[in-house]
Amino acid sequence: MRNWLVRDVLGITVISAILIGLSYLLGWLPIPGMAYYNRVIVTIGINIILAVSLNIINGHAGQFSMGHAGFMAVGAYTSAYLTYFHFQPFLATMKEGPAQFAMQQVLFLAALLAGGGIAALAGWLVGLPSLRLRGDYLAIVTLGFGEIIRVLILNIDKIGGARGLAGVPAFANFFWVYLFVCIVVIVSWRLIRSQVGRAFLAVREDEIAAEAMGVNTTHYKVQAFVIGSFFAGIAGGLLGHYLVYLNPGMFQFTKSFEAIVMVVLGGMGSISGAVLAAVILSVALEALRFVKEAFGLTADPRMVIYAIVLILLMRLRPQGVLGNREIGSFFRRRNGRSE
Amino acid sequence: MDSFLQNLINGIGIGSIYALIALGYTMVYGILKLINFAHSDVFMVGAFMGYYGARIFSKLMYGSSVVEPGWTLFLLVLAFSVACCGVLGYLNERIAYRPLRNAPRIASLITAIGLSFLFEYGGQMVFGPDPKFFPQLLEKKQIEFFGTSITSHLVIVLVVALVFMGILQYIVYGTKFGRAMRAVSHNYETASLMGIPTDRVISITFVIGSMLAAVGGVLYGLSYSKIDPLMGIMLGLKAFVAAVLGGIGNVPGAVIGGLVIGIVESFAGASALSTYKDAIAFVILILILLFRPSGIFGKHQAEKV
Amino acid sequence: MTILNVLDAQGVTIRFGGLTAVSEFNLSIRPTELVGLIGPNGAGKTTVFNMLTGVYKPTEGEIRVNGVDTKSLKACDITKLGAARTFQNIRVFKTLSLLDNVRIGGHIHYKYSWADSVLHSVKFREHEEQAAQEAIELLSIFDLAHRAHDEARSLPYGDQRRLEIARALAAKPKLLLLDEPAAGLNTGETAGLMAQIHEIRDRFGIAVLIIEHNMELVMGICERILVLNYGKTIAQGHPEAIQNDPVVIEAYLGEPADA
Repeated sequence: MRNWLVRDVLGITVISAILIGLSYLLGWLPIPGMAYYNRVIVTIGINIILAVSLNIINGHAGQFSMGHAGFMAVGAYTSAYLTYFHFQPFLATMKEGPAQFAMQQVLFLAALLAGGGIAALAGWLVGLPSLRLRGDYLAIVTLGFGEIIRVLILNIDKIGGARGLAGVPAFANFFWVYLFVCIVVIVSWRLIRSQVGRAFLAVREDEIAAEAMGVNTTHYKVQAFVIGSFFAGIAGGLLGHYLVYLNPGMFQFTKSFEAIVMVVLGGMGSISGAVLAAVILSVALEALRFVKEAFGLTADPRMVIYAIVLILLMRLRPQGVLGNREIGSFFRRRNGRSE
Repeated sequence: MDSFLQNLINGIGIGSIYALIALGYTMVYGILKLINFAHSDVFMVGAFMGYYGARIFSKLMYGSSVVEPGWTLFLLVLAFSVACCGVLGYLNERIAYRPLRNAPRIASLITAIGLSFLFEYGGQMVFGPDPKFFPQLLEKKQIEFFGTSITSHLVIVLVVALVFMGILQYIVYGTKFGRAMRAVSHNYETASLMGIPTDRVISITFVIGSMLAAVGGVLYGLSYSKIDPLMGIMLGLKAFVAAVLGGIGNVPGAVIGGLVIGIVESFAGASALSTYKDAIAFVILILILLFRPSGIFGKHQAEKV
Repeated sequence: MTILNVLDAQGVTIRFGGLTAVSEFNLSIRPTELVGLIGPNGAGKTTVFNMLTGVYKPTEGEIRVNGVDTKSLKACDITKLGAARTFQNIRVFKTLSLLDNVRIGGHIHYKYSWADSVLHSVKFREHEEQAAQEAIELLSIFDLAHRAHDEARSLPYGDQRRLEIARALAAKPKLLLLDEPAAGLNTGETAGLMAQIHEIRDRFGIAVLIIEHNMELVMGICERILVLNYGKTIAQGHPEAIQNDPVVIEAYLGEPADA
């Protein structure tokens, strides 16, 4: 028997059970305005998925992508298309009850995975030209791809075009979002501690040396794009099914930029840094909403603050809060390495 | 035939504005190997300086902030905007980029992105997020031209753009400063060892680029009349594509690249593809980078091992 | 049947624009041979390395590594044929640990997919154990095992050079190409390096091609030497013959022969 598989399945089950427990707990907590906090918590989760997945491309493989919002849009629209036009009508034919509930969860998972899959396909397409491009050229091309994707969606009337798609079924919730938070963190963590992850790092550090060591740099760059955009697509799917509304304007390159700020702030290449930065920035973002209201500002101060954070960060601590290390390594260092 | 000519002329009009912006991108990239994302926002600031300059000078000259069209006013406003943006360009380089000269390139790139967003959303706070109507600095006349009518503004845009491109061409290829600039662009360290004050050259390059962007901003306001703090984003990206198309670092290349993008867009906008207009520049960009990464006029450079 | 050469280069020529950087370069290396490639600065030695390892494509000529024509192969595929190299201007993976550097060196031997990595399959764990073990062994050869978890950039210069050799060896090559391994090393370190190169050759049974300016090292360990000048091979043979070759002396004129 393959006991490693058993262990992982067990792990996922335990995580799921904990998450289900937590989501009931969140529902029962007698805190006024709990619905609002719930929404913030879910937003944080979606941002964590975005940041950790972008970190695979930008932080680990060192390919500066500015098109993450594009992949997110692909995932969001693909999964919403499936649930809105196919799964929802099908579920409506079923009798209400546990069977329908279970079917809804299964179909939602399928839609999310399909969204991730198509986003991964888009990532593969974008990854291909990146074979020949480095640094800032790649940045501008990925940005361009993101914009092309958005313009394409604007022109597809079936999924709402510029009007947006209202009435996406409300399938996403705390459980699904944090299940994928756990999955993306575990996948990213395991990858980086494997030969695949080390190949990503080698590409980031020195492409010529990596190639000389037999690392097919092309292959790994594309692979990083595919894995990263898969999870961006999942994040998009979760977002759409949580907000029950989609609009191409949600995926402008300011969205990619938000993800970049998270990765850079946390420290490019640090998974825990990406998680930390996603939490900090999402909370700061909510706080800034109050600032905007309190001062009666007409413009959103959020992007200005992001910009200043980014500029100061490059000046004072260009490696980000955690650098390319993980949170654990700081504690280990303190305990001494005298041996 | 009419509409063909009309599209062509419209394309040249917007193309020359792309070209003015592209020049700033191409010069800075040529020297620092940096995509100065904030450059497109200097263009936006240039347009707003034109907007406020027009009111200030009207007040000074006629005692009323209602703008009376006239050449004196136009030239004063242009000079004002150019001066403001020159200072802004200098400050950008001095405060944001120079401290990062020896940092990894990615740090400068991220700073450039941050600066760009600072201007865009800071601009929304300072200038207000809503579009503003650019004052009519010059009277608009219709001119008959081979059976189509074009506006006098278009002619002015073309003439002013050409004059400034000519000046730039002279500076880069006809002066001692231009030689220093090309030397720094060729090899930063060696130029510095040869006694070229590289920091000053880089500063002046930023200043010149920003001044050209200001010219572009005022001309844009003049001919399209609506300006807003986020206008630099798309225009800037397309101008950058123009610079890449012409071969980044190449001055005439940027001008031709700008015109090509402008014309292609103009024709696409008039065709069945009109709703895809904003994506066309990026499709062109991807195609060039795939098939001729060094652009039309660029030289291919191999990495040293 | 004759023993297959690890390297066969025939009439290899490369031009950059109008400049012929290397012309008509011929070299065959038998298994376990120690060959030196010397010549004044700018003679084209590193360009030869870059062609042999696929960084540059020769304009003319044929290169075979372990009998396979490398014409249409990428650098990473040539490594798979059994040729691994070091770089003149050290290219270790600076922010990665020594252990990771060497494990990346062995990349071509660890064949599991991203799915194995994510699921921690048996295949993954077997390969990982093997990779760590082999990496530590290689680091031990160069007395670097005690720093396995430090970042490569924290090493002194000489150790970074040796880490690069360890990394190249992790690819288990048949031919090891060393580009100025002794550059920047002092006399004591150079002597140590000579001993290590011998040890490596005997222990792993591989051929070594060395570019080096340090004549003591080249003359001391190479069995055969090739001299390049202005991209042309001006002499080749035993170290003693090369040392007394008037053409070689002329090429190096003005430079002391032991510099």
